[in-house]
Amino acid sequence: MGVKQDNADPGQILPPIEQELSNELDPKLKKYLRGEGTNLEVLKDKKLKSQLSVREELYGISAKAAAKAEEWLMPSEGGYLEVEGIEKPWRINQHSISSEINISSLKNQHDIIIPDLGPYTLDFNSSGRYMAVAGRKGHLAVLDMKNMSLIKEMQVRETVRDIVFLHNELFFAAAQKKYPYIYNRDGIELHCLKEHGSVLRLQFLKSHFLLASINKFGQLHYQDVTMGEMIGNIRTGLGRSDVMQVNPFNGVVALGHSGGTVSMWKPTSAAPLVKMLCHPGPVSAMAFHPNGHLMATSGKERKIKIWDVRKFEVLQTIPGHARALDFSQKGLLAAGNGSFVQIFGDLSESQHYSRYMGHSMVKGYQIGKVLFRPYEDVLVLGHSMGWSSILIPGSGEPNFDTWVANPYETSKQRREKEVRSLLDKLPSETIMLNPSKIGTMRPVNKKEKQTKQEIAAEMEAAVEAVKDTAFKNKTKGRNKASKRAKKRKELIERVKRPLLERQLKEDEKLAKKPKISEKENALPTALQRFASKKATA
Amino acid sequence: MKVKVISRSTDEFTRERSQDLQRVFRNFDPNLRPQEKAIEYVRALNAAKLEKIFARPFIGAMDGHIDAVSCMAKNPNYLKGIFSGSMDGDIRLWDMASRRTVCQFPGHQGAVRGLAASTDGRTLVSCGTDCTVRLWNVPVATIVESDDSSNCTAEPLAVYSGNNAFWDVDHQWDGELFATAGAQVDIWNHNRSQPINSFEWGTDTVISVRFNPGEPNLLATSASDRSITLYDLRVSSPARKLIMRTKTNSIAWNPMEPMNFTAANEDCNCYSYDARKLDEAKCVHKDHVSAVMDIDFSPTGREFVTGSYDRTVRIFQYNGGHSREIYHTKRMQRVFCVKFSCDASYIISGSDDTNLRLWKAKASEQLGVLLPRERKRHEYHEAVKNRYKHLPEVKRIVRHRHLPKPIYKAASLRRTMTEAEGGKKKEGKLIVLQEVLPLNHYVKEESSKKLSELWHYQLL
Repeated sequence: MGVKQDNADPGQILPPIEQELSNELDPKLKKYLRGEGTNLEVLKDKKLKSQLSVREELYGISAKAAAKAEEWLMPSEGGYLEVEGIEKPWRINQHSISSEINISSLKNQHDIIIPDLGPYTLDFNSSGRYMAVAGRKGHLAVLDMKNMSLIKEMQVRETVRDIVFLHNELFFAAAQKKYPYIYNRDGIELHCLKEHGSVLRLQFLKSHFLLASINKFGQLHYQDVTMGEMIGNIRTGLGRSDVMQVNPFNGVVALGHSGGTVSMWKPTSAAPLVKMLCHPGPVSAMAFHPNGHLMATSGKERKIKIWDVRKFEVLQTIPGHARALDFSQKGLLAAGNGSFVQIFGDLSESQHYSRYMGHSMVKGYQIGKVLFRPYEDVLVLGHSMGWSSILIPGSGEPNFDTWVANPYETSKQRREKEVRSLLDKLPSETIMLNPSKIGTMRPVNKKEKQTKQEIAAEMEAAVEAVKDTAFKNKTKGRNKASKRAKKRKELIERVKRPLLERQLKEDEKLAKKPKISEKENALPTALQRFASKKATA
Repeated sequence: MKVKVISRSTDEFTRERSQDLQRVFRNFDPNLRPQEKAIEYVRALNAAKLEKIFARPFIGAMDGHIDAVSCMAKNPNYLKGIFSGSMDGDIRLWDMASRRTVCQFPGHQGAVRGLAASTDGRTLVSCGTDCTVRLWNVPVATIVESDDSSNCTAEPLAVYSGNNAFWDVDHQWDGELFATAGAQVDIWNHNRSQPINSFEWGTDTVISVRFNPGEPNLLATSASDRSITLYDLRVSSPARKLIMRTKTNSIAWNPMEPMNFTAANEDCNCYSYDARKLDEAKCVHKDHVSAVMDIDFSPTGREFVTGSYDRTVRIFQYNGGHSREIYHTKRMQRVFCVKFSCDASYIISGSDDTNLRLWKAKASEQLGVLLPRERKRHEYHEAVKNRYKHLPEVKRIVRHRHLPKPIYKAASLRRTMTEAEGGKKKEGKLIVLQEVLPLNHYVKEESSKKLSELWHYQLL
């Protein structure tokens, strides 16, 4: 009864302060509602309608509670950069920021210069606390970014092309000269993955526990790291490609090819899900927005394009080179080119990206990888002389969820999380372009079958069209009546034949699949006795 | 220029002392959780599998009778006790927790056919084929002590004899009267040795009798002429008679919706009726393969348990559908009586093999006091399983029950028979005798008064 009263007067009883708050909450509610509510008017079944309306109400209540929690319970606030007067945000450099922010954040602005060991690539674990770096000349290291301490470093004395963390900071995979290897945090080599071959890029799908790799010959391998099973072994047929990214929204692996096409793959099929032509020249870099709707690609023709992945349409084209691209958690796009990195943001929330900030390094440092650090306002650049970390206000998600990723994780929590994520491990069949289709009904495709009358009408029409053709009047005794009649008959048969053949084919099909047609033509059980009567009559 | 960068102080996010709990921060943003539906699906699958792993419904058997258990009665005031009567005249009071006999009530010379406890739980009424009705004092002291060593026997308060064998007895819910079923329906008072009232409609024996929980003057009986009759004590006459195609073995009223009752029939089905409108059954519950012998509703009114001649106990939902659960054991023979315990957690079945068996109502339920975290996890598992239970993989696991071979074969035989007749057997007959025989029965009206006028209370 109390609940009913609440719903009856939503706005009248609230004091004015709370009313303001409820107005503010409405746009936030949308985020938590996960789509539109169902249309219950179409339902004729009253019981189902009442059950569904109760459930919809529950969704509304939970969305409201989540919006309120966001309003009141979040411990941290996001970063921001506000310029005054005629200042432009992209003219502001790291030096001028450093004098304004608090001292504890200054440790995130640093350059590590290791000149001899080649261009560096890097990877973060899901909470942003640990970073794995790999120099091309064989230098592997795992660092704790919170305490700025080195956990383990080693020299494998081979070229290392890529490095990824697996589900934890305890394990990482390095793509070495001949095969990728999996190492422990203590530097112990755990596995040598010979099947993958000479891998160019590695990616880890976190919820599926799949290690995806693309090798020199353009072969895509998916390996399940829990049991070591090779799930997918796909020959892409599109040549060597250096660009590989995972779409975090649906677990699809996207490859960028030298023809300018981007192809998207899933482990269970040999053909790509999508092949889209993005650039006239080779694709040089690619990045996915965490919400799964946006993709940024850059081509060698000096254009960066922002795509809507659901509709496969270009939203925006930005002029400029980019050898490395990355989206942050809040939607900022970093494009690294030469020794300069440009950060774009959709400042007016209109999905239009404009220049936000920039950072240029010493000339000669070639930026190979840009990566935003999760849950921090930090961008780390891996370049030919080491790596640098710069501050980009407003790029990271300020409030983390302990059950999703916890930067302050203890070892006990990490172990629990590992077990729980293994229990929630998704099977590889759940990788699809639109993951919200799981649990929904497949729509029945109704083939438009011609009724018997329609078929008969078609045949009659064809015969009518041909019936009255005038034959040539033959002379010299060749114009016999019987011969004329025979000729007319043959003409009509000739016209009828394709229609009859088509009918025969459909009948054969029906005979082969009796069950499906039965299902499609099933009447409600109460009326089935009439159906059988119809057949006999 | 105003600049702010995310900065977190470690003190705010970690615990102070090692005796504190770890801090938990939540952010419900859907963007942080990709692939929610897939994860929920995997969790539903795991929840279904876990449910099957922990499904151990059989708790124990209560051994003691030396002949088949024919009837049982619940004590409304004492949750742990159950009365049972057997075919050799032995009546026992059991303590379900220790599964021992607390008290024995010897006295009947023949089979005990019916047992009922009075509303205050002090008096037990029993009737049997030796044409007697006996009243017993239920010893409250021994119930409370539940002493294992002493096995007390009680003397009957009163023995009333009649002319014919009695088949069933039921006590009024809020009154002093009890009714026996035999050659006719007799209404007795505790203190009178002769029935104060007798009803008869037809010449056949009345097999079972049940008082309505909401309306204390209404009772339903079933007779061996395949009928169900409703009697009203205030007008001292039968009100409605409903004749079916096969005999009804037992009737149970829904304690939460007292206008509905469900009848356990010989033709393997249970029929739910609204007592105000006996024209057609509200629901037919089909799943047993042999005659349904007894039926009892859960105190929640949402499900009922049936025991059948085919050696199984099934739990059905009150408003239709197939049985939610089936219980069977190699050692359990023909089930003659079933009872749902008063806290809706347990089921007691009495069967031909002289044992009473205690089962859990929810097979994978964790008994005992649950920690709040455990309870939340169970609720989450239930909810996520219900959301995805229509998908084939989850459905297969949730539906799966091991059936004994004879039951499996009998059920598939029944299915092929009904399919061969082209749908529901009865609907064929329905066309011919539409006006006279709706579904399985026809209704006779004795009193002109509308049955709906007999209901005086508000239904919430």
